[in-house]
Amino acid sequence: MNYLLCTLMEIPWLPKILAVIITSGIAFCIIISLLVLTVIALVLIERKLLGFFTQRKGPNRVGLWGVLQTTADAIKLLCKENIELKHADKILFTLAPIMAFASVIVLWCLIPYNSEFHLINSSVGILLYFFFASFPMIFHFLAGYSSNNKYSILGAYRGLALTASYSVSIIFSVLSIILITGTMDLDKIVLYQSHKWIIFSNVLGFIVFFITSLAKLNRCPFDLSEAESEIICGYHTEYSGMRFAMFFLGEYAELFVMSMLIVVLFFGGYLSPFGGYISNTFMGNCPISSYLIYFEQTIWLFIKTLIVIFSIIWIRATLPRLTQFSTLNLFWKYIIPVSMINLIIIFLVRF
Amino acid sequence: MNFIITTIDAVLNWGRANSIWPLTFATSCCGIEMMCASASNFDIARFGSEVFRPSPRQADLLICAGTITHKMAPLLLRLYQQMPEPKYVIAMGACTCGGGMFSALDCYSVVRGIDKILPVDIYLPMCPPRPEALFDAILKLQKEIKKESILTRKEFLESHKLFLKEEDGILVRKVDEYEYSRNDKE
Repeated sequence: MNYLLCTLMEIPWLPKILAVIITSGIAFCIIISLLVLTVIALVLIERKLLGFFTQRKGPNRVGLWGVLQTTADAIKLLCKENIELKHADKILFTLAPIMAFASVIVLWCLIPYNSEFHLINSSVGILLYFFFASFPMIFHFLAGYSSNNKYSILGAYRGLALTASYSVSIIFSVLSIILITGTMDLDKIVLYQSHKWIIFSNVLGFIVFFITSLAKLNRCPFDLSEAESEIICGYHTEYSGMRFAMFFLGEYAELFVMSMLIVVLFFGGYLSPFGGYISNTFMGNCPISSYLIYFEQTIWLFIKTLIVIFSIIWIRATLPRLTQFSTLNLFWKYIIPVSMINLIIIFLVRF
Repeated sequence: MNFIITTIDAVLNWGRANSIWPLTFATSCCGIEMMCASASNFDIARFGSEVFRPSPRQADLLICAGTITHKMAPLLLRLYQQMPEPKYVIAMGACTCGGGMFSALDCYSVVRGIDKILPVDIYLPMCPPRPEALFDAILKLQKEIKKESILTRKEFLESHKLFLKEEDGILVRKVDEYEYSRNDKE
């Protein structure tokens, strides 16, 4: 992207602002198409896997082996009626799903996909990530608050209580990584792991981060804010059609990007797990091998991410939902002390 | 022009027919069969309908599984009204089709068929129907959906608006009207 920007800047008749706009437009198109395709595939994978875990077949009638199932869902949701509520706060009600989805797109731009393609390459990448990752929760709360429904507001309050309990431990476990690597740049954190992944030196931090990211993603066993057997749908009870699809899309996009962050922080990001790259070994003499490496890095990142997502879906198929009190107990009494102890241990080992 | 309309129809109907999300609504024993249909031996997920939405705002299909009493009838109607267009109804079980074993004259509590209060697309009479029969109903509904057209959508909506009728400028729900007729009979 930087290369493209520099090339466009050098064209004499093109205004510089136009070059910036063209570059960011191309980047946005790449990210949004990647996001939508990944989410459509991800929902299908989850439904298939949940089927396999409960000895069912999963969707298999639409298209070959049911691969077009989620496409049909997307078409249906696009053309469904959008119900306007009489007693809702109309501006907030419309704005909340859009903003919750938009903040997830920013998260997708912060991840280094390979050693070249990194859209927002900032020296405080982790900080920016957690700044923007706190946005969806706020807009979920606003959605529940604005729809003027008792179940929505219950779900919204539950989400806020959960946010207050997981934020501390997630920041502590990230701090331990910053202590180990000495940087907040996601690129440098990935390159630090070229010899040894961080998970080997920070096992406790990984466990804390994984559990808290489940809570952050509203996934089972912490899906309190949309517990369908207690409060109908939680914060999106009153949403229908495309607005509901926005929440759905944002939720799964956040699941994917959070798994990518877990891979980047603990499993070496886009680096190959074998040390050398396959395309370098087999096609080292080929003139395009330097470009093939970028593709291979992205593929490695996606494979590792899919393994993390598989374990998250596995947990969903296995565990029942925790109650409100036991969730708060778990976080305030066990996870936060463990993350503090982990931080102290890392500090003592490091200095 | 016709070519464009038929193409849009084909795509839309394909999407709608293949992703029917039912509402989690069950009032008695037919509900047990409906749960069984989503479990491993039968697996409703094959047709893409395993996404049971708890909120009527996100559902497409109301599988009315079980006896509807006079007390439940307004709630059923409200759930139907809360669902967004396009919406479909399957009357599952003999009780919802015509009263079933409660259709004798001396039963005071049961609605004799939910088509008295809301428009029904597919009738599935058995007591209770097997999960295979429910799948048959869903497949028949898919066939019906594939015949729809956006040109006739307006007439379709008008014909499905039967539960609301205007009397002296006041909207009367069909369930209220039904309530009057029941009182008259008694």
